[in-house]
Amino acid sequence: MFRYYVWLALRSLRRNPVLTALMILAIGLGIGASMTMLTIFRAMSGDPIPQKSAQLFVPQIDNAGPDHAQKNGEPPDMLSYTDAQALMQAHAAPRQAAMYPTGFVLMPADPRLRPFKVEGRATYADFFAMFDVPFKYGGPWGADEDQSRSDVIVIDSKLDDKLFGGANSIGKTVNLDHHDYRIVGVLDRWTPQPRVYDVVNDKFGEVEGVFLPFTRAIDQQQPLWGNNECSFDKDPDPGWEGHLRSECTWTQFWVELPDAGAVERYKTFLGNYAAEQHRSGRFHWMPATRLRNARQWLEYQHVVADESRILVVVSFSFLFVCLVNAVGLMLAKFMSRAAETGVRRALGANRRAVFAQCLVETGVIGFAGGLLGLALTAAGLAGTRAVLSETVTRLTHLDPADMIIAVALAVAAALLAGLYPTWRATQVQPAWQLKAN
Amino acid sequence: MHIRPILSAMRRNKVGAFLIGLQMAVTLAILGNAGFIIVQRLSLMARPSGLDEANIFAMDNQWIGQPQDLGPRLDGDLAALRSLPGVVDAYASNSVPLGSNGWSNGLSLTPTRKHSSIRTTLYFADQHTLNTLGLKLIAGRNFSADEIGELHDNQPVSPAAIIISRALAEKLFPDQPALGKAVYDGDKPMTIVGIVDRLQTPWVSGNSWASPFVENSMLWPYHYLATGYPMVVRVQPGQLDAVMKAAEAKLYDVNRERVLDKVRPFSEIRAKAYRDDRGLAIILGVVCSALLAVTVFGIVGLTSFWVTQRRRQIGVRRALGATRHAILAYFQTENVMIASVGAVVGMALALALNLWMVTSFEMSRIGAIYVLAPAVAVVLLGQFAVLWPALRAASIPPAQATRAA
Repeated sequence: MFRYYVWLALRSLRRNPVLTALMILAIGLGIGASMTMLTIFRAMSGDPIPQKSAQLFVPQIDNAGPDHAQKNGEPPDMLSYTDAQALMQAHAAPRQAAMYPTGFVLMPADPRLRPFKVEGRATYADFFAMFDVPFKYGGPWGADEDQSRSDVIVIDSKLDDKLFGGANSIGKTVNLDHHDYRIVGVLDRWTPQPRVYDVVNDKFGEVEGVFLPFTRAIDQQQPLWGNNECSFDKDPDPGWEGHLRSECTWTQFWVELPDAGAVERYKTFLGNYAAEQHRSGRFHWMPATRLRNARQWLEYQHVVADESRILVVVSFSFLFVCLVNAVGLMLAKFMSRAAETGVRRALGANRRAVFAQCLVETGVIGFAGGLLGLALTAAGLAGTRAVLSETVTRLTHLDPADMIIAVALAVAAALLAGLYPTWRATQVQPAWQLKAN
Repeated sequence: MHIRPILSAMRRNKVGAFLIGLQMAVTLAILGNAGFIIVQRLSLMARPSGLDEANIFAMDNQWIGQPQDLGPRLDGDLAALRSLPGVVDAYASNSVPLGSNGWSNGLSLTPTRKHSSIRTTLYFADQHTLNTLGLKLIAGRNFSADEIGELHDNQPVSPAAIIISRALAEKLFPDQPALGKAVYDGDKPMTIVGIVDRLQTPWVSGNSWASPFVENSMLWPYHYLATGYPMVVRVQPGQLDAVMKAAEAKLYDVNRERVLDKVRPFSEIRAKAYRDDRGLAIILGVVCSALLAVTVFGIVGLTSFWVTQRRRQIGVRRALGATRHAILAYFQTENVMIASVGAVVGMALALALNLWMVTSFEMSRIGAIYVLAPAVAVVLLGQFAVLWPALRAASIPPAQATRAA
């Protein structure tokens, strides 16, 4: 029966090609626009580490004080070096990592290659386990290397491709700013979007090419290639030592807390630490503390741009107009067929059969509209890639889930739009229609 | 034209009229708000930066390692750049206007260690900066060569003399001239010795956190001696491409212990700074065009259907003496009535949508023109869309009345 209805639907659609084309076009355009925006929005608001995001937490400590109230009275987004060091040494969580962005000039061993800049991240060994970072060769350095402030690095696969043609480069050395570092690990392709571990500096940036022990970077006086919030420390002491001692905040800090008990314990620890700083006279206020998990942190950091939300609203309003449009057109189509429906009813088709037939027809329209919408979504994403910044570009690819959503949305939308016209069609009185003819 | 018969006909076709009206209302609401955002972003992009943009390029210099002779190296580079044929002037700084990276400070009128009230960006400058950027000095003087200090990374300083933008001057001293006054970033006074007409911050995009103080800039007389910093060069008109190549080669000749990258004309910096604003305007423009097309085709389709449905009645009316013009006027009046109701509802929807965006995002209130203009547009659009089916209706011969459907 279903196949017969589909056949009937195709016949009926062919009979009225302009109206059919208009309906498919309306649904296709609506789906295309809304899916384009939804894909971008989904990517922006995505959770790059769903398996860990409830266990990774960002501690915040208010070292700014009431005179320098931050937005909404919240503590600064980053920690000062003093606090980062204290939290690392306390080791109050199973895993923890302080980090900051830096950069180098890399001197290739091959003299034909020019030196080039490479971004780096100074962090601790736990970073890699905390963020489930995939390795192609080797692995992270260990706590020993953190302790001994070793010249070891982990590089990403792109840098490995560039320097070693993608070969296993474990044990090889790389010259960064005239200083040799030994490679202990090569990352596999890793593109967390948003770049969850440091959205303060770059929400949708690329993962750095080089990772090195935080302790080594501090010894090396590796310059900070990121935000330094200094507004509440007007005159820190000069030089690198002053930079470390200042209340300026510039390190990101993450802890991994496996369960609710651990979270509670860490909250208590953080509160005690802050109170201790107050008692010792470092702060003349009682510093507020926060402990947000990765999801809450991305939300708090406003990772999804307002523009993206606006575009989703506008595009779904557009889809709504397209559907209202389709309702009108379907109504016209079904009502112009009232006589035919009357004959079918007179020949014994019950209301349910008429309903099913009309619904199949709208489903066919929806499916065609969905396919058109899918093509338009691909075109729309290509278009947004052309006009928006690279950060958005990296986000916008159509995965199978998006495709299924698009077609399903189109069919559902068409069925929804077809509901009233279909109901009207089933209300046709066979006798009246036959008489009128 | 009699309204009554149209109304009674519409009553028999409530759903169709409702669908068209609803479509027009939502179309209007979207058009108004999208149009508002488009105009807003385009006007952001049209603001002047204060620079001689056509003849400026910038590049990022990164020294290899941590050399101790950064001062002489910087002096040597700038002398080399300034001596290049085609170069008007050059300077080095911590950041470039519109360049997305920079420093931001707060200024106060009194010495304070508390949070300062007026936010501004901070550019390091020397006596060549005004000339390089093409800034217009409207009061006071430029920095002199002996005022320029050396500033290493992580070295807190505050200068005796600063130059600020006019917008910042007016923010700091709304009722009196700012020239010669002292301002504070911390507890040491800085005297305003010069005011430039206009100088934007590095963050100009509409969605930037810094958009509230986009015109507030100050110049401090320092050479910034970090391992990495940008350099800006102004060239004689028409020389941009040639000098960009020559400058890069020249600097590598002076010293190879460096990486020069992002050698780019200012037009590129501007394009990048406003990329998302432009993109948003384009996307909204495309969606609005598609929206208009869908609405027009929807009205054409539905009205055509009504015309087909009413062929006999129209024929009867024609046979009873109605002119073609009367039939045309019937469909047009009908559409105006639906569109007017749709427009009123749509205006309310537009305001509601705007109100929601004001509360949810950092969006300003919509102006009346953005509600009224699309309302007029939607009514005209309806008239345009209904024209073809109405003409078809008018061409139905009176003899139709006598024929079977």
